[in-house]
Order: sequence, then C-alpha cells, then structure tokens
Amino acid sequence: MTPLERYESLVDDPDAFRAACDRPLPSVVRVNTIKATVDRVRAALDAEGVAHEPTDWHPDVLRLTDDSPGHNWPHAHGWIHGQEEVSNLPAPILDPQPGDRVWDACAAPGSKTTQLAALMDDRGLLVGNDNNLGRLSALRHNAERLGVTNLVVTNQDARNFSLKPLGEGSDDPTAVDAFDRVLVDAPCSCEGTIRKNPDAFDTWSLDHVHSVAGVQKGILRRAVQATRPGGVVVYSTCTFAPEENEAVLDHVLDAEDCRLVDFEAPLDGVPGVTEWEGEEYDPSVEKALRIYPHHNDTGGFFCAKVEVGG
Amino acid sequence: MTDNDGQRFDRLPATAADREVTGRASRAEVIEWWVDRFGLPDDTFDGFTFWEKGAGKIWIFASDLPSPTDVEGLGMTFLRTRQEHWKPTTNAVQRFGREASRNVIELAPDAARRFLAGEDLEPDWDGDWGYLIVAHELAGGVEPIGVGLYVHDELRSVVPKGRRASLSPPE
Repeated sequence: MTPLERYESLVDDPDAFRAACDRPLPSVVRVNTIKATVDRVRAALDAEGVAHEPTDWHPDVLRLTDDSPGHNWPHAHGWIHGQEEVSNLPAPILDPQPGDRVWDACAAPGSKTTQLAALMDDRGLLVGNDNNLGRLSALRHNAERLGVTNLVVTNQDARNFSLKPLGEGSDDPTAVDAFDRVLVDAPCSCEGTIRKNPDAFDTWSLDHVHSVAGVQKGILRRAVQATRPGGVVVYSTCTFAPEENEAVLDHVLDAEDCRLVDFEAPLDGVPGVTEWEGEEYDPSVEKALRIYPHHNDTGGFFCAKVEVGG
Repeated sequence: MTDNDGQRFDRLPATAADREVTGRASRAEVIEWWVDRFGLPDDTFDGFTFWEKGAGKIWIFASDLPSPTDVEGLGMTFLRTRQEHWKPTTNAVQRFGREASRNVIELAPDAARRFLAGEDLEPDWDGDWGYLIVAHELAGGVEPIGVGLYVHDELRSVVPKGRRASLSPPE
C-alpha cells in the first residue's frame, strides 16, 4: 500500500486526488510587501517578459506560467519569494498585527516566517526558531534578502523553548514573557508535498509517522504554554496522516488549556476527521481544515487555529 | 573600557560619550554616517535599535530586547565598522537605500545586469570614491541593487556570491 492509498477512504474524490498527485505543481511566488507592491512586481515582470497570473484567493500570490521564480529582477531585489501556493495559508490565518510578539516555532527555511514579517509590516517582534543550525542559514539568507528587520533568530528545540534569551523574568521593560501569536508549522512526513518532491514517499514509514507525531505533540504543547491567555496558535502540516494532524490536536486539547476555533479559509478544503483506524478524536477537530491536492490544484495541507486559555 | 565579545549581541551606545567597549561605533555615529554619506532623511532610523555582534558587524533591529542578547540573529546585518571605510551591506542598501540622494550611481540596463552578476565596470562617475549605492530604473522608480566600491575609475561589484545572478535581457 502506498501512503496515498492509505487515505483514499478519507478523500471525497479519490480519482481526482490520484490524478492531482501525479501532476507537477505550478511555479508560484509571493509578493514581499516589505519591499514592493503587487502592481510594481507585475510591472517589473511584464518589463522582463515573465508571464504571470494572479491567484483568485490571495492578492499577493502570483502564478508564473512558464518561468522559474529565481531569474528576474524582482527576485534579485527581494520583491518576490518562491513559495508553494498552499503554504501561503497559515500566516493569514494566524493574522499577526504590527507590534505583536510572534513566535514561529519551526521557521527554517523561512517562507512563512518572512510572510509573517510582511503581515506585521516588519514591526513588532518576530522570533524565528529552528532546531537545525544548517537550515537557520537559509532562514537568515531569505529574511535578509526580503528586507526583514523585526526577526530574532534562535536555535533551540521547540519542545522546550526557553524565553530566557528574550529576557523572560527580568525587570527590563523590553523583556518577553509570553507571545501573542505562535505558528507551529510542524516537521512532518510531507505526504502533501508529493507533487513537488516525487521522492517524498521513499523514506515514508508508519514508524516515522508515529515518531514525528510525538515531536509534533511536544512542540504544540510548548507553543500553547508560551502564548498569553487569549492568544492564538496556528498548527499546520503538509501531510494527510491523521496521526500527525487531528491526533496531535486531540492530545494537546487534553493536556493544555486551549480550544479549537473556527476560521475563514480562502481555499477549498474539508473538515478534520474525528476518527481514524479505531481511534476517536475530540469532536472539535472538525474545525480544522484538510486540503487535498485536487481541491485547489495545490499541494496537500492541514491547518487548525487554537485559542489559548482565558 | 572593555573588549568586544563577538559571540553575543550588545546594544550600541547612544553616543561616543556613552561608549564602554573599545572601538564600538555609537548609534549617533551610525545614523550620521548614513545621513551624511547617502543623504537619507534624519528620521529614517527612528524606532530601530542597533547592535554589534562579531567584530564591527552592526545589526539593525525593528524592535528592542534586553542587552546583551544571546541569540543567532537580531534583525538584519547592516554595516561593517572597525575598518578604515565603513561598508553597508547589500541587504541594508536594498531595504533603506531608496531614500538616498547622494552617492547613488544609476546604471543602464545592460550594466545593471553585469553588476548583479558580479562584474566590475567602468562607468562615468565624477562623484566620491568609496562605497556607492548602485541602482537602476525598474517599474517606474530607481531601485537600489547593492553596493559598489568606486576606486581608480572602476566600479567593483561587491554583491555577495549568494546574491549574484545572471539575468538574460528582455526579449
């Protein structure tokens, strides 16, 4: 059984699902509003003869119909950033505001981090963390190319992330004791990226799914703990496995003071599943969003919005 | 006076009179340098904080934190001090250089492409020697590409290898 066959009982249209997974992904870029406007990017792409078309759900996301995103002036200036279409979803759902204190728990290589910075107008405090020092250099490179100045880069295990380097517990007025919003775009088995990485299944195993689910639970619990009462955590993965999605939410709902909330989704999808292979989950996991590749002709994705305590 | 600890982020002193670390640039000197050299408005950097980590590597941060701060990155690398001529980073010039009114050299399309690819050029320039903001016309405005070093009638591209690119001309 391939990983995809495993999920066909969950999918609304298995034939369309299979067909979409076999198609390559279009090249998509996000306009970096720290440095440019959509109009200026489109004018610059036109001047270079780079074909592009808008997406119907997100004004800052453009599809490049026959070019790679990296070889044009807008890219050299950091006006655009190659970012898969569906990966643009969690940042607007988190909806960070200028002046907020925001933590991106698994930040590298930084596509969503830099999108968070743009949504914040590059104001306030954005902490981009990753446990992998090598991938942090990609995060820093991308953030600097896009002109981000409100980013603090940390190298910790998100499961026991410490706010001490941010001054927690000191009487300094700039010290950070809790975040307003946190994005947990968790490391996962990446089944949803099969259209981008045809070898994504080569390393797939059920053991890996269970192992990564344990890490995801630890990171999401720490994210809830590090968020102020009334604050928001968004949990996302690019995988279909309920073990890594609804089961992780179910675990954290049980272990921490938080609840799932509804959100407006600009992309088509279906609700989270409340049972899988004999396990039942908290009914509120239906508030999560599952996106399959055939829904919007994108990669696969999972996203949930969590409100903390209070 | 103490020495610079290159492993952590220390806030720049407000002025030279507040300096406690030998050779450290002050916030006032950093802002004055950008305003003097490139004609940026005086208030360009209001609300930003400045930090040193590494010998002479100055970082600009849109927020604030207690000093010192032990993290991997704080804002954007901005300026190299502790050398004879201070040198702005490519990314800082792209981010803040649009407002520059002095020491900006505007290249024609072909020269701009060659500069981005890392080639040295011999443009007509009768202004200052030293580090210049190199720009070109794009989509209705003059946009800074990066930093060039103008010496002996030659403009050297100091675009870092990771930011160089070969663009083909429009068809």
